[in-house]
Amino acid sequence: MRFLINGQPVEAEFDLRTSLLDLLRDHLELHGSKKGCNQGACGACTVLVDGERILSCLALAVQCQGRNITTIEGLADDGHLHPLQQAFIEHDGFQCGYCTPGQICSAIGMVSELKRGMPSHVTRDLGSNVVSLNRDEVRERMSGNLCRCGAYNGIVDAISEVYAEAE
Amino acid sequence: MNPFTYARAEHANDALRLAESKDSKFLGGGTNLVDLMRETIERPASLVDVTGLPAAIEDTIQGGVRIGAAARNSAVAESLAIRTRYPVLSRALLAGASGQIRNMATVGGNILQRTRCTYFYDDDGSRCNKRSPGQGCDAIDGLNRMHAILGASASCVATHPSDMCVALAALDAVIHLRSVSGERAVPLTEFHRLPGDTPHIETALRPGELIIAVELPALSFAKHSTYRKVRDRASYSFALVSVAAALDQEKGTIKDVRLALGGVAHKPWRAFKAEEALRGKASAPENFRAAAEAELAEAKPLRDNAFKIELAARTITAVLLELAEEFV
Amino acid sequence: MSLKSAAMKLMQKAIEHAPDSWVPGNTPDRLITHKHGLIGAPVTRIDGPLKVKGAAPFSAEFPLPEMLYAAVAFSTIARGRITSLDTAAAEAASGVKLVMTWKNAPKLKPTPLFNSSPKAAGPSDLPIMQNSSIHWNGEAIALVLADTQEQADYAKSLIRATYQEEPAVTDFEQAIKNAREPKNILGEKPMVKEGDAESALSSARHRVDAIFRTPRQNHNPIELHAVTLFWEDGELYVHDASQAVAQTAWTLAEVFKLDEKKVHVSSPYVGGGFGSKTLWHHHVLAAAASKMANRPVRLVLSREGVYRTVGGRTTTQQRVAIGADSDGRFQALIHTGVAAMTEHNDCPEQFSFPARHLYATKTFTIGQKVANMDMLANTFMRAPGESIGTFALESAVDELAAQMDIDPIELRIRNEPEKDPTTGNPFSSRNIIKAYRDGADRFGWGNRHANAGTQREGEWLIGMGCATATYPYYRMPGGKARLSISRDGFVSADVAAHEMGMGTATAQTQVVAERLAVAPQCVRVNYGSSDLSGTFIAGGSSQSASIGASIEAAHAAIVEELIKLAGKDSPLHGLDAEDVESRNAGLFSVKDPSRGESYAAILRRAGKSDVSVETSAPAPLEVQHWSMHSFGAMFAEVRVNAITGETRVSRFLGSFDCGRILNAKTAASQFRGGIIMGLGLALMEETQWDTRKGRIMNPSLAEYHLPVHMDVPEIDVIWTDIADPHTPIGARGIGEIGITGTGAAVANAIYNACGKRIRELPITLDKLL
Repeated sequence: MRFLINGQPVEAEFDLRTSLLDLLRDHLELHGSKKGCNQGACGACTVLVDGERILSCLALAVQCQGRNITTIEGLADDGHLHPLQQAFIEHDGFQCGYCTPGQICSAIGMVSELKRGMPSHVTRDLGSNVVSLNRDEVRERMSGNLCRCGAYNGIVDAISEVYAEAE
Repeated sequence: MNPFTYARAEHANDALRLAESKDSKFLGGGTNLVDLMRETIERPASLVDVTGLPAAIEDTIQGGVRIGAAARNSAVAESLAIRTRYPVLSRALLAGASGQIRNMATVGGNILQRTRCTYFYDDDGSRCNKRSPGQGCDAIDGLNRMHAILGASASCVATHPSDMCVALAALDAVIHLRSVSGERAVPLTEFHRLPGDTPHIETALRPGELIIAVELPALSFAKHSTYRKVRDRASYSFALVSVAAALDQEKGTIKDVRLALGGVAHKPWRAFKAEEALRGKASAPENFRAAAEAELAEAKPLRDNAFKIELAARTITAVLLELAEEFV
Repeated sequence: MSLKSAAMKLMQKAIEHAPDSWVPGNTPDRLITHKHGLIGAPVTRIDGPLKVKGAAPFSAEFPLPEMLYAAVAFSTIARGRITSLDTAAAEAASGVKLVMTWKNAPKLKPTPLFNSSPKAAGPSDLPIMQNSSIHWNGEAIALVLADTQEQADYAKSLIRATYQEEPAVTDFEQAIKNAREPKNILGEKPMVKEGDAESALSSARHRVDAIFRTPRQNHNPIELHAVTLFWEDGELYVHDASQAVAQTAWTLAEVFKLDEKKVHVSSPYVGGGFGSKTLWHHHVLAAAASKMANRPVRLVLSREGVYRTVGGRTTTQQRVAIGADSDGRFQALIHTGVAAMTEHNDCPEQFSFPARHLYATKTFTIGQKVANMDMLANTFMRAPGESIGTFALESAVDELAAQMDIDPIELRIRNEPEKDPTTGNPFSSRNIIKAYRDGADRFGWGNRHANAGTQREGEWLIGMGCATATYPYYRMPGGKARLSISRDGFVSADVAAHEMGMGTATAQTQVVAERLAVAPQCVRVNYGSSDLSGTFIAGGSSQSASIGASIEAAHAAIVEELIKLAGKDSPLHGLDAEDVESRNAGLFSVKDPSRGESYAAILRRAGKSDVSVETSAPAPLEVQHWSMHSFGAMFAEVRVNAITGETRVSRFLGSFDCGRILNAKTAASQFRGGIIMGLGLALMEETQWDTRKGRIMNPSLAEYHLPVHMDVPEIDVIWTDIADPHTPIGARGIGEIGITGTGAAVANAIYNACGKRIRELPITLDKLL
């Protein structure tokens, strides 16, 4: 089966039951995406598929063939950290670091949803095509990513710093 | 997870053919099915991937909207047509799950999702008539804070967890089904069943049948609608009680209303009694409350969920009040 | 009597008869007064780049050649025997290499119970898969090894067991009837008394007397408990997720009858622990299976598996009663109750501890019992005892204040003790009142409506509450460090310590750099392996103190070595260790700062490439001599929905008194992390327990609610930064204090918002309707 992972074509043979997460971790040794629950409840496994954030633990690998998959390993550009990665470091948006790749990938997907006008549970005006990136919007949209260490404040600070001007 | 075969369908008839005469399930985003397969509660021998089927959200000639069953939850929530003409549906979807799950889950899969009852999920260690007909129900005398207050039976007290379906119930959505023998349409309010003696039969879906679309009839006042979800944390959790409502009012009198409840029953609960009690009445909190109580008169509390009755009554009242204020 | 309490008794006797100056910690650490430099600086985490790239390897991320994957099956009864175990289909399943059950598992000694000896880490003393007996609902009954995880999981689902059930104690209400007083609570007396508190209570002018209930909770670190391990030449190598590497290695050595040096536990990164990442049965099972199959094994517990295998915080029922005179001065303080435990472990959840140290009172009865149940051994979870004991105590204080119409902070100030109220020891350093005043000021406490239920905005009732946070200073015995300085001026410190996100790696780099007076880029702290020096636990908020004392001792030893090496041609010749200090990457005279030379110069002249010492920290005697705690004043503002009872925390402030803060950035995050866990404790966390079967019914992250982004407001944290004169670097622990006091602050704010006093956690909306 053929995949496109972080811009690289990859071929792999595996059990049909294999999730995208396990394909990445156990077959391709891309351990950046994390397993926290394997049932879609924690978000630690979040990756981008065709630019959209999804939970790789619930995606069967076979369903992702031929799609453009971006993992945390694919974010740094030529050895330079992605601005959001750098902001996470500055704002202490992590402690143990385990949920961090999922938070970062989710945030990147989240921001593109918000920028194209996707509303959220806290958006007041559903009719508007423009959504403002405020702290409530960020918190609501990131609520699918659990952090038991409680780095939430730093995560929101990091996301707000990088993307607030970009709206 | 048991071993299975996998095939991806190009279109609906392809899907039906691939699934024919096999112990087969249609696979959408996998957000419920993959989980249930890992828990060995679902054990299909064949999976037919239907994510490539029509996902368009289109106006119908009758002035409603038709949503392809493969449409992702996030796409429906984001659709301008839905947001402006049927906001209750958008709000219901946005109140459900998480951003990632909404990107994966299909409308068809959301309709067919199964209960979150912890005894249902406990394949090894608990008795469940839904999983194993006749085995018994450990929830009835167990931890049942999340369970049903309406329409339950001695066999099953589980609730349906979908937010989207509550909105669809309020909007009189119609489910379009196709099988090798042809097409049929079933109102959503009749698609999900009450448990009765057969809680393992959850919907009107026949073997080999595929959901191909959901149709929202035209509803002039659907733009005056909303969804309110009451839950144990501020986001990313299932409803204790939820309310989908649409209101049409003129000069302080209720012309028409749609009302449906989530978190209270084995199916999304269309509050027909409350609607009847409201039509023609003055749009006022006392009447909202009285209608809610009429609907909840047959509610039967379990050991842990009696609070849902009062909670539902209050939430219905508050939601109708919120909608009434749009007309002021 | 446990080894620890015997040692404590000996130390106690020694201290009582020793003069003040004899006790280590009495001469304040030089680094306390050293105001400039890295101590306290907001240094960014050194492991940051690795973590944000997803490149930090966790325990399940070491692929080994020929590795097998594991899946575990769990019992579904609480007590009894397995009468049949059908593993034929599992064994025949594709890819399966081994199905291990009690029938074929190797003979294994039980794990020595935690605290039974210095390095024992056993969660219980139960046999592990040695017979057909079942001791808790969820005990492992089979382990499958297969070529892939999918094959192992599927084969596990084919295993069928039948049981002979025996009567089991699975209902706490029933178990309480047979509550017993344990011999000690963490080495302290189970009950302490002064006067007749019940009498004083009934004759007090004002009184409160209430029962509080707290549920089971689970740590739920996001990283699943996992080991990747292999045997080679009779030695066991374990990639673990651990907060106790040395103890895990020692305990596994005991179980497998190996020399301690033949077990190597490595854990450079841990995806959260909070008390749970210690030794559990899956370590032993994986090692046994690996030995049987003669293959490396990766065992990742599923999230359900974590709930069935790794204990959590136990459930309690507590009584707090306070009697006060007309000025609000406590005449009686009673804090008693029961925690559920098992016959096979010793974890009493010390909820009566805060009451022993917080308030002056004329009479007191403070103590607790335990009640045996048939359940998975409970363990310490962030601030064991203190987190839920402060919930009860601080709610009661608030209730008394409301009853007497006294400001709750004022009431606490009136009862501030001069010395420890139950031991009589002087306080080492205590600035609770300052913490309250600073916090109240910053939080806008003055805007609080004194009368409950009088502030509303739309559907939301608004309220503010406060509560005291407290956590003991601990420094565990066993601290030891290897310190080396190289000819190029590089310093390395080796400690078998842990980084789970508290920032240890970064903070200790700062500390070593300051201690040795070198640039932090020249320092490397090695940790996370049982092959390194000492025994540390990333627990009890004690690790920084333990490492700090070890480094301090090692530094003193290396100074001695350097002076010897310096020789007669050195400017240091003739000086003793007390005459010199580390400055500018070298040793210099205290009296004559220009007299001295660099470490590098000393080594070069001596013809050595490096100098190295391995030194033990002195025994933690300071805790016998002083009453040593960290403190805080917690402030919460909540909004309670008048329609639904939903509660949201809109503002929170923690004002801490924890000694000198080592790293402002990581400390703020630790405080916030504890507070957030406290919000969860207050509003939503509960391990659901079916009393009929003694079975956890929500073994997931979907049905067990911990706070999500949307639940968490911006949390403000401030601290006094007043150094404790009796601790290394003047610092005290900070990892757990954030969760203490928070539950009560939120509960008290809820009361202020809507007039309802809820004494049972979590405070879910149904309790407020």
